[in-house]
Amino acid sequence: MLKLAGISKRYGSAETGTLAVKDLTFEIDDREVVTIVGPSGCGKTTVLKLMAGLLRPTEGTIELDGVPVTRPPEQIALVFQDYSASLYPWMKVADNVAFPLRRKKLSRADRDARVSRALSSVGLADFADRYPWQLSGGMQQRVAIARGLAYQPRILLMDEPFGALDAQTRADLEDLVLRVREEFDVTIIFVTHDIDESVYLADRVLVMGPRPTFIDVDLAVDLPSPRDQIVTKDTPEFSHLRAEVYRRIKASSLAMAAAGTAPEPH
Amino acid sequence: MTRRRSALYIAAEVLTPLLIVIGVLIFTNGSAGFYFPPLQDVLVAFQRNWLFDRFGTDILPSLGRLFAGYLIAVVLGVALGVLLGHVRWLRRQMSPIIEFLRAIPPPALLPFTIIAIGVDSSAKIALIAFICIWPVLLNTMDGIAGIEPTIKDTGIVYRIRGRDSLLFVELRAASPQIFAGMRTALPLALILMVISEMVASTNGIGYFVIQSQRTFAIADMWSGIVLLGVLGYLLNLIFTLIERRALSWYLGARATTR
Repeated sequence: MLKLAGISKRYGSAETGTLAVKDLTFEIDDREVVTIVGPSGCGKTTVLKLMAGLLRPTEGTIELDGVPVTRPPEQIALVFQDYSASLYPWMKVADNVAFPLRRKKLSRADRDARVSRALSSVGLADFADRYPWQLSGGMQQRVAIARGLAYQPRILLMDEPFGALDAQTRADLEDLVLRVREEFDVTIIFVTHDIDESVYLADRVLVMGPRPTFIDVDLAVDLPSPRDQIVTKDTPEFSHLRAEVYRRIKASSLAMAAAGTAPEPH
Repeated sequence: MTRRRSALYIAAEVLTPLLIVIGVLIFTNGSAGFYFPPLQDVLVAFQRNWLFDRFGTDILPSLGRLFAGYLIAVVLGVALGVLLGHVRWLRRQMSPIIEFLRAIPPPALLPFTIIAIGVDSSAKIALIAFICIWPVLLNTMDGIAGIEPTIKDTGIVYRIRGRDSLLFVELRAASPQIFAGMRTALPLALILMVISEMVASTNGIGYFVIQSQRTFAIADMWSGIVLLGVLGYLLNLIFTLIERRALSWYLGARATTR
């Protein structure tokens, strides 16, 4: 269980810095898929980086199974939005997936098994010997997901992973995420600005309010599993949830525009 | 069409130097000038001197100094570049000093190295290393400091640290710039090798050239100059082959994003 209690994050000095996150408290249970959605510039990525241990909170504590997170924990993997910068272009696909396992003191056979299992799960078993830049954007992001899975984390964090992809590829990868969640039994925390995506993937949607970020609403998603791009999105429940998330985000966007809050730089 | 054009280019590449050589041949034979002996005399001198009479006594010492100085410069330049690339305040402090040292015209240091280190090979190696280190250092520093934040964050999240991070992430990510620095340093090494051998020296190609000039053996002098040109050409060729191999990923990635 990942637990955030009273988290605040301020960039810059105490007087002049900007407060990106204020008094954030929530818990994420094991094997949950939680999506975090909010208006652009609300600090979603900051929250994710705090959970990944890439940023230290100014106030509050983050605990993973009761252990405070002070630096990136071994049980957490992160899939970045910018897959082309996150994969190493000088390593082949299989080496990219295997590289984070170097520290894990696995036998060579174990390591190879993990890599090939992760690559087959994302449908790239035949591309192990390619370089990332020889693949399409969607395939590169699959490599990044495979790298996260081979690491065998308890929690897979995903930072707007499909933001740069076209609609069809995006839909395929959403289904891929749900499938590997079952297969690898991981908790998934998924940041997105796409409302449909946030509802479609989630067991729970956290809608973030305008900066300084807080949780505007914590929405349980009781859509039946397995989800289906056509059937699920055609149900009245989906439309209802989608409308609810939309209403909240629109209100936040208006509030941000009124307050003149600049979007956070990426 | 493109095939025909590339064939044409290759033909021109061979033909142009050939025409120039023939031109030189005619020019040098026509003129009875003392400073431009007939080309065939120069080629005869080239064969007599370098294949392989003076190979051990002059070429090898020269190449030894060149490579020793260059290698020291690359190793130290990369090491210091990594350090300065990481530590921003140190980089700020050091950059005026580096810019100053780099701005000193290389031969101006020759009197100093002779008096401080002496006239043997180590003084020449030190001079070559001192001049070649700057482009390597500065490019490495820029390469390391300019690594994409996402690459760094990826390393942090996946707990890639220490030696793994340095060898397999940072140096690889900075390798295009490191190679650019090494490429700039290579001709400097050759220049400094020749200059240092022309002053207070007892062997080497540079020594041979200046000695031939002093004894009015003009064809011999030219044979040394031609050899230096050939060496420079070959060194560049070898470097390009190594670079293409080491940076194949970079060239490939760049070609696909274009």
